[in-house]
Amino acid sequence: MADPILTLSGITKTFPGVIALDKVSFDVRPGEVHALVGENGAGKSTLMKVLAGLYHPDAGAIIYQGQPVQIDNPLAAREKGILLIHQELSLSPELSVAENIYLGAWPTNALGVLNKRKLRRDAQAALDAMGCSFGPDDRVGTLSVAMQQMVEIARSQAFSANVVIFDEPTASLTDTEKDQLFTTIRGLQRQGVGIVYISHKMDEIFELTDRITVLRDGQVQGTVTTKETDATAVTRMMIGRTLEAYFHKADSTFRDEVLRVEGLSLKGQFGDVSFSVRQGEVLGFYGLVGAGRSEVVETLFGIRKADRGTLRWQGAEIPLPTPRQAIDLGMALVPESRKEQGLVLMMGGMENTTLPHLASYARRTVMDRGKERATFDEYKDALSIKTTGPEQPVSTLSGGNQQKFVLAKWLCAGPKLIILDEPTRGIDVGSKSAIHTLIANLAERGLAVIVISSEMPEVLGVSHRVLAMAEGRLVGEFEGEEMTEENLIDAVSHHLARPAAE
Amino acid sequence: MSATTSITKAGGHSSVARLLMRNHIWVFLALTVVVFSASSPYFLTVNNLGNVLTQAAFIGILAIGMTMVMIDGEIDLSVGAILALASALAIGLQDHIGIWPAVFVGLLSGAALGFLNGTLVALSGMHSFIVTLGGLIGIRGLVFIYTGEDALMVSDFSYTDYPEIYLGPVSLTAMIFIALALFFQWILSSTRHGRETYAIGDNIDAAHDAGINIKRHKIINFTLCGALAAIAGILLSMRLGTAEPNAGKVWELWTIIAVVLGGTRLQGGYGSMWMTIGGVLTLAVLRNGLRLLNTPNYVELMVMGTVLVLALLIDKLLSRQEA
Ligand SMILES: Nc1ncnc2c1ncn2[C@@H]1O[C@H](COP(=O)(O)OP(=O)(O)OP(=O)(O)O)[C@@H](O)[C@H]1O
Ligand SMILES: [Mg+2]
Repeated sequence: MADPILTLSGITKTFPGVIALDKVSFDVRPGEVHALVGENGAGKSTLMKVLAGLYHPDAGAIIYQGQPVQIDNPLAAREKGILLIHQELSLSPELSVAENIYLGAWPTNALGVLNKRKLRRDAQAALDAMGCSFGPDDRVGTLSVAMQQMVEIARSQAFSANVVIFDEPTASLTDTEKDQLFTTIRGLQRQGVGIVYISHKMDEIFELTDRITVLRDGQVQGTVTTKETDATAVTRMMIGRTLEAYFHKADSTFRDEVLRVEGLSLKGQFGDVSFSVRQGEVLGFYGLVGAGRSEVVETLFGIRKADRGTLRWQGAEIPLPTPRQAIDLGMALVPESRKEQGLVLMMGGMENTTLPHLASYARRTVMDRGKERATFDEYKDALSIKTTGPEQPVSTLSGGNQQKFVLAKWLCAGPKLIILDEPTRGIDVGSKSAIHTLIANLAERGLAVIVISSEMPEVLGVSHRVLAMAEGRLVGEFEGEEMTEENLIDAVSHHLARPAAE
Repeated sequence: MSATTSITKAGGHSSVARLLMRNHIWVFLALTVVVFSASSPYFLTVNNLGNVLTQAAFIGILAIGMTMVMIDGEIDLSVGAILALASALAIGLQDHIGIWPAVFVGLLSGAALGFLNGTLVALSGMHSFIVTLGGLIGIRGLVFIYTGEDALMVSDFSYTDYPEIYLGPVSLTAMIFIALALFFQWILSSTRHGRETYAIGDNIDAAHDAGINIKRHKIINFTLCGALAAIAGILLSMRLGTAEPNAGKVWELWTIIAVVLGGTRLQGGYGSMWMTIGGVLTLAVLRNGLRLLNTPNYVELMVMGTVLVLALLIDKLLSRQEA
């Protein structure tokens, strides 16, 4: 077996109130894909930021190509051949693809004048090596998320990277895009690049990786060979207990209809969508990424304007609402992407949670701190949020824990209908089941719940009824016995296989 | 919509349409020129247009520096005060150290104050709005102390001859403005420093992650902005032959208006000197045209205010369409 190209030993990193990394040792061999897994806040991103020169470790050593090295800043890391593909993409939308690939390391003459020809040519070479369909002069802002990710990965060719780190790269990719990403990763692997792959998705990890290292509370629990283990064992290492492969489905009685949608259409996005949901019911929306599910619920919530369609809310017909009206009616939407979910990053978790509902936490105009605190504690426990306290700015929380505060923020509003768009994206396996339980509790308390998910077991596990969507159309509705993976796949693929009607 | 074709480029406008959208201020400028040509016989004359260009030059030179700073995502409110100080020094020191050394000191004062602004912004983490607001007040105070609250006059009138150099209808002042604008456009588009300006204003985290030295970069741009303000001040003192302590008052606002009117974004990451030239000329044409029509001063202000809001509205609509 090849010697490691990169070895970390005894890496320790503390932040005020947290030991994010506690004597972590980790290595990467050339040509392998090494998974790094662990709960939200376990320290995965922190460890990789140490490698990328963004954080300086308090203690420990980094051995790279047999030499102890210090990585002072991101550019130094890149020039050594260590490249981090961030959890949130790190690009300048207004600049060209070529400029982004070489950001911070543009070729110039002695006077600082850019050598645009060389920049273009080199970028083109990097793009060609990756088989990208876009050119070096395209503006990054006009590219899709998947293409933007390719721009970041193209840096691996431009800087002849020896180690490439992917931090939850598939979070916003469609299945096809994911397959392309995996092809790209395997290509890098063949070039002898050592790859670190961070993900919460077990199927991806077992499909792609050679070894798995588990982090828990900043400590390494162990490194195992992927072939010699299974998801159950890895999960146990991650959360310290076995997770029942069991979904808690709400045991509730359905009462009055809360929302009925008829013939909802938005040109170019979806057409003729009709469904209804009752109190106590969990309605699942299954489909591939890009099927139009998010667009439908955003329209319900007034974020997008529908062309056609009627809504009945608790039996009475209403005009399509604005977001403010939707909130006042008692709808809550937890959208899929963290960035637009409007966490106030400098504020603490508690203030973020109660922000949209300040009126109910104030006595006249003075905030009731005790009541706020109680809410904070309730959701911190229910969602097992890892934070040092109500005041810790959410900007310093791990990605998954930020996500959980978004959930808390909408749940504590006490809505009548809650719409959850990919509620467990970026959430670790342990907390996933906590969220599933929470969904069940909500339904049992009489709320109507709509859950959008691209994960089949999740939709089937939590929902009472599932709607399948493909290319902007509802292509099937399943209940009870009919709710099986085969039926869902059939419905969706049947539709996709048909020659396009439009 | 389908999953298989999802990896395609968004936004399908042709490059010509995009160019027009991104430089809509020139369309706007053309419109105002047409309107004023139709309503005043004096407007579309070589002499008048030459005058417009000269009048535009002072705000224009300030706007060049402001554009650099604004693409970085910052703002500089002290340019009017720096202009006044440089003009006062250039005239006040002439009798003691000679014309060119005095001009040089004026220039240096602008660069030094810009450097100070930049250093404070970069190192303290304070917002440039606050830092340069302090600069605006403090530097103006300095001007009053230096001038003793009275206008300074030149004694060597050869100093005021320079603005009388013309190339056809184009004054030296206007030529300097155009040359500087073109030079800085080249900096923005072709040098590493210029392109990094965009990178920083656009996504400061990405720029930081890429190892760009953000602090040094911002200090450079503030220094350039201060030096340019000083150049404008010196040219103004040559033209007037006096240095008023109140020179350039509220010019920082007109400068910001011109830059924003051109299409450069206040949030940073987007803009160009072409846009800024367009914005500066539009303001100058409006002002000149309204005066030719004998519009009362307050109406002029109202029209300018309306135009600004209108232009920004168009910008907003266009950028939404483009997205
Ligand atoms: N800048 C910071 N200041 C204070 N605490 C921080 C900072 N960055 C990270 N932390 C803390 O360090 C811990 C580890 O965070 P990290 O982002 O590495 O987690 P993660 O394993 O990547 O989680 P996720 O799966 O949610 O992305 C968390 O408790 C987090 O709150
Ligand atoms: Mg993370």
